[in-house]
Amino acid sequence: MALTIAEVEHVAMLARISLNQSEKEQFALELGLVLNYADRLKSLQTDNIQPLDHILPVSNVFREDVVIGSPDREDMFANAPMAEDGQYRVPKII
Amino acid sequence: MSKDYEVVIGLEVHAELKTQTKIFCSCSTAFGAEPNTQTCPICAGFPGVLPVLNKKVVDLAITTGLALNCEIPNICKFDRKNYFYPDSPKAYQISQFDMPICINGYLDIDVEGRRKRIGINRVHMEEDAGKLVHQGDITTTPFSLVDLNRCGIPLLEIVSEPDMRSAQEARAYMEKLRAMLLFAGVSDCKMQEGSLRCDANVSVRPIGQVEFGTRTEIKNLNSFRALERAIEYEAARHIEAIKGGETLVQETRTWDEEKQLTRSMRSKEEAHDYRYFPEPDLLPLKISQEWVNSIRAAFPEMPEQAQKRLVEEYGLPEYDAQILTLTPDSLAFFDQCLKQYPDAKTISNWMMGEFNRLLNQNNMEIGESKVTAAGLVQMLKSIDDGTISGKMAKMVLEEMFATGNCPEVIIREKGLVQISDEGTLLTLIDDIIKTNPKVVEDYKSGKEKAFGFFAGQIMKATQGQANPTLVNKLLKDRLNHIQ
Repeated sequence: MALTIAEVEHVAMLARISLNQSEKEQFALELGLVLNYADRLKSLQTDNIQPLDHILPVSNVFREDVVIGSPDREDMFANAPMAEDGQYRVPKII
Repeated sequence: MSKDYEVVIGLEVHAELKTQTKIFCSCSTAFGAEPNTQTCPICAGFPGVLPVLNKKVVDLAITTGLALNCEIPNICKFDRKNYFYPDSPKAYQISQFDMPICINGYLDIDVEGRRKRIGINRVHMEEDAGKLVHQGDITTTPFSLVDLNRCGIPLLEIVSEPDMRSAQEARAYMEKLRAMLLFAGVSDCKMQEGSLRCDANVSVRPIGQVEFGTRTEIKNLNSFRALERAIEYEAARHIEAIKGGETLVQETRTWDEEKQLTRSMRSKEEAHDYRYFPEPDLLPLKISQEWVNSIRAAFPEMPEQAQKRLVEEYGLPEYDAQILTLTPDSLAFFDQCLKQYPDAKTISNWMMGEFNRLLNQNNMEIGESKVTAAGLVQMLKSIDDGTISGKMAKMVLEEMFATGNCPEVIIREKGLVQISDEGTLLTLIDDIIKTNPKVVEDYKSGKEKAFGFFAGQIMKATQGQANPTLVNKLLKDRLNHIQ
């Protein structure tokens, strides 16, 4: 079942993506297919199967709490569109 | 507060954990560094980097769970909470959603002599966001600056059940929770610096109604007083709205400290679509019973145990015991004093009274003050051996607080030695009695005030240095012997 255009618009807003009308229609259809697939999985009998916590059979991977110096601030800023006073500068938020 | 309504309160508390490094990278967490000097590609959200969990964070989370009587499930995992805001460079926060590390705990609070159990719904681990600096107000600033030092600092979010029914209970819960976190050594809990933060969920319903009323969430509560005032304000606002037939909206509000009121920030419906999903970059955690037991075995003395000790072993009133165990520093100070001075109640009186007054006045914690346990004991001994009076001791303590000097030096430098020589005092007393025959008559005819006059004159003549107990004794003696 395809999503409604309103649902696509809502998801697009949450993801900060702007779509034109034909894209909205396309995603309504494609996202619907994804949900259909999830529905198919739901119909499988899984009562006797342990839930999988993660795709890898590994758990408890840790670091010790030891400081390793941080990179130089100017290097960190190399990709920043704007920086000043040692800080990232961003456009007005609200 | 209207009698026909009750206020329902739940608190969400964020505590910054006391670690050397951030939760998912090895950047320092030290407070007060230059902006963006404690960041790396991981906490600054560069594409393609991978988080690795700090083991200490899990240890401290388990410690907290035990302190708050929680169950610690043997599996937990992390999730992504998605939202766009410039303080979060990844555009998601790594948090825990449906499988937090601790669940179903409780905390007992005491309000006006009554004990009440407040449920803890959950405790989960997450990362903090960065800090935004606006030029003035956020709505009028032309741009904002971002400091990511705080980004990735480990936090625990501690969520209570909606079990509190007054601002007073909420404050008691917060104070007790702070004490527990301090004693357990998991957080510095400095509300002003933001290492302990609190949001309050408040609703109001007519007494007897089972369903909750519409709730609002109040943010920016960075002191116990703000918490209390904001809840009182918000509850009154709700009651007024209900009485006036208005519909309340579920929303987030902020506490305006200056104007002492709450203001609407944003409505909740749209803001809360976080689309949580399991964090694929982190592996699940398996928490064995052995792990939990090893933390339990190393547990420090907690406030309630300490209170019991103070009441049972040293005979202190419950109230004193509660106040002295609000922070580990305060308890340690008391214990140190007690090692060198036998009278627990006297120590407690000075700590809760004069010393506490000076701390509050200067907005300081006991650990930040220059007054040492040894210094306070020395001062108490000087009162006992008659060198100084209790009144002088207050001056001495003030001086100790200001300069950090030891009492002996202060007493010498200020010439504060008490006059306890009977001969000297008797000469003064006789003199004053002789020059005031009228007042002697008053005294003889039973006027109590007359005695106070004489005592006052002697204190004045000695600039407050006469030993008051001795003056009273000698004065009474002399007056009663006048025919």
